[in-house]
Amino acid sequence: MIAGRSRKAKILGGIGLYGAVAAYVIFALFPLFWTLKISVTPQSLLYSEGITLWPSSATWENYTTVLRATDFPRYFVNSVIVSVITAVLVTIIASAAGYAMSRFSFRGKTTVAVTLLLTQTFPLVMVIPPIYRIMGQLGLTNSLTGLIIIYTAFNIAFATFLMQSFFDGIPKDLEEAAMIDGCNRSQALRRVIIPLTLPGMGATLGFVFTAAWSELLFALMLISSDSQKTFAVGLLTFIGKFAVDWGQMMAASVLALIPACIFFAFLQRYLVTGLTAGAVKG
Amino acid sequence: MVMQSTAAGLPQGNGREVGKRRFATVFEPWLYLSPALVLLLLVLVVPLIFGISYSFRKFSAFKSEFVGLGQYEALLHDANLGQALMNTLWWTVASLVLQFFLGLGLALLLDRDFYGKKIVQAIVFLPWAVPSFLSGLTWAWLFNPIVGPLPHWLVALGLKSEPTNILADPATAMWGPIIANVWFGVPFFAITLLAALKSIPGELHEAAAIDGASPWQRFMKVTLPFLAPTIAITVMLRTIWIATFADLIYVMTEGGPAGSTNTVATYIYVSAFKTLDKGYASAVAVLLLALLILYAIVLIRIRKSLVRYS
Repeated sequence: MIAGRSRKAKILGGIGLYGAVAAYVIFALFPLFWTLKISVTPQSLLYSEGITLWPSSATWENYTTVLRATDFPRYFVNSVIVSVITAVLVTIIASAAGYAMSRFSFRGKTTVAVTLLLTQTFPLVMVIPPIYRIMGQLGLTNSLTGLIIIYTAFNIAFATFLMQSFFDGIPKDLEEAAMIDGCNRSQALRRVIIPLTLPGMGATLGFVFTAAWSELLFALMLISSDSQKTFAVGLLTFIGKFAVDWGQMMAASVLALIPACIFFAFLQRYLVTGLTAGAVKG
Repeated sequence: MVMQSTAAGLPQGNGREVGKRRFATVFEPWLYLSPALVLLLLVLVVPLIFGISYSFRKFSAFKSEFVGLGQYEALLHDANLGQALMNTLWWTVASLVLQFFLGLGLALLLDRDFYGKKIVQAIVFLPWAVPSFLSGLTWAWLFNPIVGPLPHWLVALGLKSEPTNILADPATAMWGPIIANVWFGVPFFAITLLAALKSIPGELHEAAAIDGASPWQRFMKVTLPFLAPTIAITVMLRTIWIATFADLIYVMTEGGPAGSTNTVATYIYVSAFKTLDKGYASAVAVLLLALLILYAIVLIRIRKSLVRYS
């Protein structure tokens, strides 16, 4: 009797578990699926089959139009330039800073850590009015350089914590052993530490790339010339101008999603380290 | 020795070399930290100070003049700002509560074993990687009755009489960005809480189970106390982050219709962007910063008093 009830409870529990898992999966995927679906729906079917789960005939036409007849390829390239340069700069600067925070103890270290933490929680809307004005006075509006400088600074604190956690993960005995064997500090760094930190640097690169790729408000504020627009700005202004072409907008969105998804696939296993280093430390 | 690096313990040289080495160990970390610190100073701290000084000035096309507390006085008479403050409160609380409980549920699910867990984990964390402007656009499209299914589903469920866009109705518009924000933010709580769950020693659960504790009792007496520190810090950081997060609202509604989704963050952005007077936008920003600092102080006080009495 008791065994029977517990088996029943187990089956019910199993159904509940898989039901809940399925609900989360559908909630996570559905919006993305829908964007993809509209992007392959031909214009002629949009109004009649706009809300069916899949159109009766699919087309790549929206994608070819976006790639051939719009400025999106240029926006895409601009975004790649900004995101890659930002990611490389941040990774180099944050590796140096993270190394200092991990391997040295010095006067003022706590102050540095607290300052970094404060800038990490700092609401960026605070500096929107002054940055808008200052960048204008410096002639850095409508320039990718201006965006790169801003994004690099915004991502430094997070990336430093992340890199510090990767350096902390490497046993100090390793470099001490190397130094006893006759390496000096910089040789130990080059031959022992850096090779072991490469995956960490890769993760930092990916996180910063994704952050720079996603940034909208500062880009929208600082960039107005068509030749310098990032993908986010291009997509939003495209919507403002031609509010009707759903298929093309969604095709462009799917294209913007691709780099984020690639990096996500690669970064997945660092997510826990990244989020705990960046947001929960302290 | 105060300044001690891990290089200590190397063979000792003569006096001058030791002095040189000590000089190096004092300055070496600062050398590595300097690019990061200089950038933060120039791009965050300096603009912050400028912003605070702007809040005492009034700007027009070619000049600016000192107006003392004039901008702050104007804040008091700004009905839009009052509405934006209420909207910020609603936006933050609703987003946070939904993100937190859905995130906790997801973390508890992922802490168990089931078939296909790895792929499920990758899928449910994916929204976190989606750029926020795309999250906003995607959800705005889902709510659009022409290309989106949601208005039709709401009609089918009897929640609406006609398939209209909830983003166009001041009474319901805020739900759009809130739902998009929940979609985007659930993975954050799930990931951090999952990391905390994994750190709970398995023996504790076993011991509690042997003592005859029900699953609910185990959750309340074992799991929750272990999660409490993580919950406290993530909730505090997320509150600040959500309260100042303008992307989704800006993309989905630009604060409209009729200011019904205008939060303090979007208000700062729109006034800095669209009017010449950076002074007023700066004053609103200073107000927001003051409120957030107040919130953090209150939360830390509460935490301290809880620790004292427990």
